[in-house]
Amino acid sequence: METAYLIETVIKIVVILLIFSALAGIGTYFERKVLAFMQRRLGPVNVGPFGLLQVAADGIKLFTKEDIVPKNVVGRIFKIAPVITAATAFMAAAAIPFLPSFTLFGYEVHPIVADINIGILYILGVMGIGLYGPLLGGMASANKFSLLSAARGAAIFISYEVITGLSILAPIMMVGSLSLIDFNEYQAGGITDWIVWSQPVAFILFWIAAFAETGRTPFHLIANDHEIIDGFGTEYSGMRWGLFFIGEYANMFFISFVMALIFLGGYGDGSFLGALGLLAKVAFFFFFFLWTRAAWPDVRPDQLMWLCWKVLMPIAVINIVITGIVMM
Amino acid sequence: MFEAVAFYLFAFLTISMFYIAVTTSQALYALSALAAGMIFISAFFFILGADFLGAVQIVVYSGAVMALYAFGMMFFDTTRDVKEKQGNKAIVIGLSVISAVLVVLIVSAPIIGSNIEAFYPVTEGAGNVQEVGMVLFTKYLVPFEVAAVMLLVAMIAGIVLAGKKMDLSLTLMNEQEILEMREESKSKKVLP
Repeated sequence: METAYLIETVIKIVVILLIFSALAGIGTYFERKVLAFMQRRLGPVNVGPFGLLQVAADGIKLFTKEDIVPKNVVGRIFKIAPVITAATAFMAAAAIPFLPSFTLFGYEVHPIVADINIGILYILGVMGIGLYGPLLGGMASANKFSLLSAARGAAIFISYEVITGLSILAPIMMVGSLSLIDFNEYQAGGITDWIVWSQPVAFILFWIAAFAETGRTPFHLIANDHEIIDGFGTEYSGMRWGLFFIGEYANMFFISFVMALIFLGGYGDGSFLGALGLLAKVAFFFFFFLWTRAAWPDVRPDQLMWLCWKVLMPIAVINIVITGIVMM
Repeated sequence: MFEAVAFYLFAFLTISMFYIAVTTSQALYALSALAAGMIFISAFFFILGADFLGAVQIVVYSGAVMALYAFGMMFFDTTRDVKEKQGNKAIVIGLSVISAVLVVLIVSAPIIGSNIEAFYPVTEGAGNVQEVGMVLFTKYLVPFEVAAVMLLVAMIAGIVLAGKKMDLSLTLMNEQEILEMREESKSKKVLP
């Protein structure tokens, strides 16, 4: 363990934390603008040019708001729940290669914090822990709406982890490795090598499960405004609520990176164009999250369970069997 | 040096988490401490270079403890303290200390006797997952298959126990049919 390695890792961690916390804020701006465009509204326009400083205004509001802890809550769990959501979202980022390696002042930089050889398994596991945040927040809040949201969170967690794992198993069988860098190398030959062409079913299944994993709109049951207020977030105020928010948006960005790296070729051969391509794919997936929110209503919890266990899981298993037969 | 620091840090964290899980009377504290302890254990696997087992530890136990939360949610109000029936404390503490000492003795006896050796040395060039797979599908194939069959039996039993009215779907029925079904089950004196 040389000192250089230690310093490099710490710098990488700080850079990732800063960039993605800021992106979470800017992500809310884009969400409002895209939703407004699709619903024929204007969105934020008053603060700064094109309403761009709205992000700063929101940040100031969240930071300076009083941090209220209601009377009957389980204090420590209530306080720690938002931290779990935000922390696990950034922990998952440790195994994601954000860009191809490049040379900076004669020093080769690998933009991945820890290149462990089981990257994808680690990312999915840690993202799964992220659902403990809404669960604990909901159960500790002493509020019936929060409790309902926590129950839904547990149900989604238990069922959609299955889909994520099964759908990704077929690509893993093809590549023969769990490292995201190996996934990228496998598809480095160009567009025709992308796994999405050989595994379209797995791609669609993983995409659907990604919406459940991040709690975005068709599966936004854990904080469904028109039934259970803000769900697990009902009793939260100020920066604790803001941490839930940062966690959710960071998760959206990270799962977009994972999808682009596994199915859509990642950064390709590692050239500058490939790096731009990766960012473009991530931007498209992020935009698709917002697009879906504008276009689709939420499903009911029983429909969600039906979809998971009776439709998606059999398809995923059949996909694995067919992949196995073809590979033999 | 880093390994030693990490080991003692996570050893301390794990033991204190499980201590909280055992001693607290607040169900949410106990469950959260249990989950945290299980996740901290994975750090030991990472320190030893067994990345795959570490990640599996996180995935399996976070899901398993999540099911415990669900049970806690169903059966009692988790924001209140649980009143525990306190038995004879001396017996409880005595038995736990004796069993802990026994477990440590059983595990460490072969190491002290120094006749422990690795049957399956690390294969050069193979990753973590491949190594686990090689041992699992050669030496331990039979126990692996037996475990699979047992899980299948448990799954079928679960379906049979929970599977009354599995052929009906409330989503696909209209209001009239649901009402008729309720009436029918009332007349049969069976819980819907």
